[in-house]
Amino acid sequence: MRPRASRSETERQANGGLAISVRNLRVNYGEHEVLHNISFDVKAGETMTILGGSGSGKTTLLRSLIGLEKPSGGAIWIRGADLCCIPPREMAELRKKFGVSFQGGALFGSMTVGENVALPLREHTQLDDSTIEVLVRLKLEEVGLSGYEDYNPAQLSGGMKKRAAIARALTMDPEILFFDEPSAGLDPIIAAGIDDLILKLKRAFAMTIVVVTHELASAFLIADRMMLINKGNLIAIGTPEEMKANPEPRVRQFLDRVPDPEVSADEGFLDRLTQNLRL
Amino acid sequence: MVCGRLPPAQPFETLKMSVVETVGQATIDGLAYLGDLTILTGRSLHAIIVAPLQGQRLRGQRAVHQAMAVGVGAIAILSLISFFIGVIMALQSAYELRKLGAITLVARAVAISVTRELAPLITAIVVIGRSGSAFAAEIGSMKVNEEIDALETMALDPIQFLVAPKLLAMAVMLPCLTTWADFMGILGGASFGVSVAGFTLGSYIQATLHSLAFRDIITGLIKSVMFGMAITAVGCQEGLSTGLGAEQVGRSTTSAVVKSIFMVVAVDLVFTMLFYFTTSQ
Repeated sequence: MRPRASRSETERQANGGLAISVRNLRVNYGEHEVLHNISFDVKAGETMTILGGSGSGKTTLLRSLIGLEKPSGGAIWIRGADLCCIPPREMAELRKKFGVSFQGGALFGSMTVGENVALPLREHTQLDDSTIEVLVRLKLEEVGLSGYEDYNPAQLSGGMKKRAAIARALTMDPEILFFDEPSAGLDPIIAAGIDDLILKLKRAFAMTIVVVTHELASAFLIADRMMLINKGNLIAIGTPEEMKANPEPRVRQFLDRVPDPEVSADEGFLDRLTQNLRL
Repeated sequence: MVCGRLPPAQPFETLKMSVVETVGQATIDGLAYLGDLTILTGRSLHAIIVAPLQGQRLRGQRAVHQAMAVGVGAIAILSLISFFIGVIMALQSAYELRKLGAITLVARAVAISVTRELAPLITAIVVIGRSGSAFAAEIGSMKVNEEIDALETMALDPIQFLVAPKLLAMAVMLPCLTTWADFMGILGGASFGVSVAGFTLGSYIQATLHSLAFRDIITGLIKSVMFGMAITAVGCQEGLSTGLGAEQVGRSTTSAVVKSIFMVVAVDLVFTMLFYFTTSQ
């Protein structure tokens, strides 16, 4: 079992203006290691985008940051609290300070949009119904969904679901916001709307924002800094300008949208298809 | 005709070992599953009994909503099935009793079999079909749609939020439904008694009350509470352990029904044995 973080490390995290600090993070699915020795920091008020191809481990990294995936090694500090060793009660308190917007929205189908947004307030505060109603209206207005309180999530479009999920994530006025693929599966106009919303939140509330995405245009628009994950390894981290100037071949391949040679080569294609059929 | 090569014959010792290994692994898996159910039930009971004493919320409104779905929604079909079961029991027992010239004992046979065994069992099976499978499907879909993850990230314990209200609703509604099934089963027996066995409705009810002991009803109700807890635990456990994809939700639902029926019969066996031996001593 990994020892608890020392007091000085915890204080360093809290006083150094770091919202998130990750050191030598490793995550396993069974025997298979999917994240290898990832280390990075996210400063308070910064927007960090985590880039990577499908299956690169970026969503697993996000799930580890929000405490849904248990690391097999390394450490994650959120606002100075070591996620590996934090007691459940303190973890619950910490979670009240961050909001998460999931890829598909993860709105509760048995509740209306308003009830979804109101849920954290009903569960974690003593506010009366009329105050909650006003706050829900405000949050929905912030994401451009005023008047949709009584709609069922199934009646909303993909973009509206994401906006409603963002409203729910904002309900407790979080200090850190996590987004998992906010513009995946949306048309360019709706996706641009979500990007605008993230930028608005960043400017208005100075929140720390972590966005997992593979949409390059969106990532470059919203990020203060960005990192690229490839096959579970952190291969580059820096500002958008630094990333654009990065000569590392895998960074170039991802940013210049160059297909993988082994996947795109025509000659080997038939061989790969038939390799198990050969006698 | 296609000729294939036969696989080499396995030595008897290897075969014996593989059978032992399979049985051993199945036993370990079964005990682990039972352990998971116990933990889930324990955490839910903690959320229902202990947590409110520590100032945490008991989600009464969610429990009432579940109770309506589990209980009120099942009354019509349960009434019909219990009535038919009562008639069938009366017919089956009359078939033998009339040979002995004791057809008037039909009321006694129906009353005891229905209250002790059939009403709790039939109620449990109806509730498995309606609610146990629904629990697995509901929680399984929530798992697939990341709603369970969303609950956790909102600092809401899925067991406290989802499972505990269902357990409370089932623990309350199963005995209520069983009492209703007792009544409907006896009414079914009475319909036969009045039309064939020469009873009046009053004399049939009197004969029933005379043959029933308080213990007969109470043991059935105790069993029904246990059935309710077993059905909730299995349905919710199957939902929570759903894999990714819609197909997995279907698999969890089927598994919940099969495992719940097995668990209900196993719990029935344990409690019936317990009541038998405590009565004999």
